[in-house]
Amino acid sequence: MSQNSAVEAGLAVVTRAEPAAVPGYWAGVQRRLWRDKTTMLCGTILLAMALAIAFAGAIAPHDPYHGSILHRLKPIGTPHFPLGTDELGRDMLTRLLYGGRLSWFLGITPVAVATVIGASLGVTAGFAGGMLNTAIMRMTDVFYAFPSVLLAVAISGALGAGVFNAILSLTIVFIPPVIRVAESVTTGVRNLDYVESARASGAGTGRIVYVQVLPNVLGPIFVYSTSLVGVSMIVAAGLSFLGLGTTPPLAEWGLMLNTLRPAIYLQPMVTVLPGFCIFLTSFCFNMVSDGLRAAMDVRR
Amino acid sequence: MIAYILRRVLYAVPIALSVSLVCFMLVHIAPGDPIAAIVPPNTPPEVVAHIRQEYGLDRPLPVQFGMWLGQVMQGNLGTSIATGRPVWSDLSVAIHNTLVLALAASLIGFLFGCLLGGVAGAFRGSWIDRGSAGVAAVGISIPNYWLGMGLVIVFSVMLNWLPAMGAGADGATGWDRDHLLHIILPAVTLSIIPMGITARTVRGMVIEVLGQDFITLLRGKGMRRFGVFWHVAKNTAPNALAVMGLQLGYLMGGSILVETVFSWPGTGLLLNNAIFQRDIPVLQGTILVLSMFFVTLNLLVDLAQALLDPRVSRR
Repeated sequence: MSQNSAVEAGLAVVTRAEPAAVPGYWAGVQRRLWRDKTTMLCGTILLAMALAIAFAGAIAPHDPYHGSILHRLKPIGTPHFPLGTDELGRDMLTRLLYGGRLSWFLGITPVAVATVIGASLGVTAGFAGGMLNTAIMRMTDVFYAFPSVLLAVAISGALGAGVFNAILSLTIVFIPPVIRVAESVTTGVRNLDYVESARASGAGTGRIVYVQVLPNVLGPIFVYSTSLVGVSMIVAAGLSFLGLGTTPPLAEWGLMLNTLRPAIYLQPMVTVLPGFCIFLTSFCFNMVSDGLRAAMDVRR
Repeated sequence: MIAYILRRVLYAVPIALSVSLVCFMLVHIAPGDPIAAIVPPNTPPEVVAHIRQEYGLDRPLPVQFGMWLGQVMQGNLGTSIATGRPVWSDLSVAIHNTLVLALAASLIGFLFGCLLGGVAGAFRGSWIDRGSAGVAAVGISIPNYWLGMGLVIVFSVMLNWLPAMGAGADGATGWDRDHLLHIILPAVTLSIIPMGITARTVRGMVIEVLGQDFITLLRGKGMRRFGVFWHVAKNTAPNALAVMGLQLGYLMGGSILVETVFSWPGTGLLLNNAIFQRDIPVLQGTILVLSMFFVTLNLLVDLAQALLDPRVSRR
């Protein structure tokens, strides 16, 4: 999907490293973020969505699994069913709220896991250099030879449907790009003067990594990872849409979109709702990531 | 230049080998015994053992990989569990259909992406720039399977202008009106991501080229807008083409969701069916062919870029 664009965008950030903890750096980041209207708006939407799905149990008007054949495919605005009902007569609003839990979990977990693994491998490769670098980076190249969606479908297709398998396959897809970014930032930092002077003053490898390298590479890696969340949401829901992620009767946006698909002739507006949730989440994550990148980019 | 081409081609060989290794391993990460999928459940164990021997599944994995690779090199991708036909017979038709769709989508995405990005870059900071940045941002955030459903609702259900399913009679084979009408919705749906990415790249390139000294010189010499535009286009083209070439590869592999929405008879639908029938040979063959296509395309894009812009090979 658009993972390659995210990769390119990520590589653009990493060409230079942030200066080490200049007093007021984070205050500056905060000030720039605060001024950025788009980022603030998208961040607020995300926060509202997160709260809504976290408290789905308290807000949701109905039971997400309890349907009634009498109330099948009601339009938006039906009394008691503000967003209509699905093909089994279950309340859409309730299912969208509960579905958000799984969709967010499926979208965010792979990126979080991939960030930890990819950053460890990438920083190791970048800092160690030499053979180790070559070994790790050539492994990464192999996974770059697959289009990302295809790789995710291939792995979870072979493993079979299920939440765990979907997360596993997406994690494998996102590790290589994180490694590339982490390696590239670390290589940049490794050759800077303050690392050289730390080494000259007798600091060991572990200490240099911890004190000089990590604080300067984690920011760009984190920003890059946030840009992957939008893609991950779309691909994760896509796997469920294909029947590879979550399985019925669980509520998940991609799966809901799939099971509602035959109803596009009857209730088109209801059927597009889960897709709209996926789009809104992905869009907001992308915008917030762009905002973070701009705010943390000291050159601007 | 020749050294660069050789180096790049040689570099593709280990990649292609590793990619086939990953595809080979797909069968082995799949839960369950591959034999169990092809024999009836009450088969006597000695028959199962015989079949296992027949298929070479009792050999060590590296030997199995070698045997499998040898077969693949000869064009034998195995036999479908579901249909009993050779994998290649269904796959070749599906590849053709997917390629037609991906080419159409790339073309649309490339043209509109260049237009959007070029205008945005030329009028940097204007409302056109902000608008096209918005379109590009939406383009990469929209789940294309959802966009496809939306387009079906508007153009097929509500307006009844375009067909919502399939590729027309006998698949994507003709250029008549019926086939062209069938390809519009899936191709437009699929073109959204490459359009957004092309627009972003072209915008960045145009801004970079416009900031270079030779443009100032050309303007200083009194060259008209169109002349300057020509120079900018010439300098932007190699990168834009490279992005588009890669996008074609991503579309070939990433069209599975959109193909499912439109029941397009391509590799996506084939994969989808293979997944549901747990037809691992078809899954494996399709993934292998698509990723090899992607590897080859990457290689061709790099070579084409080096030919168009000699600076690339000297890096």
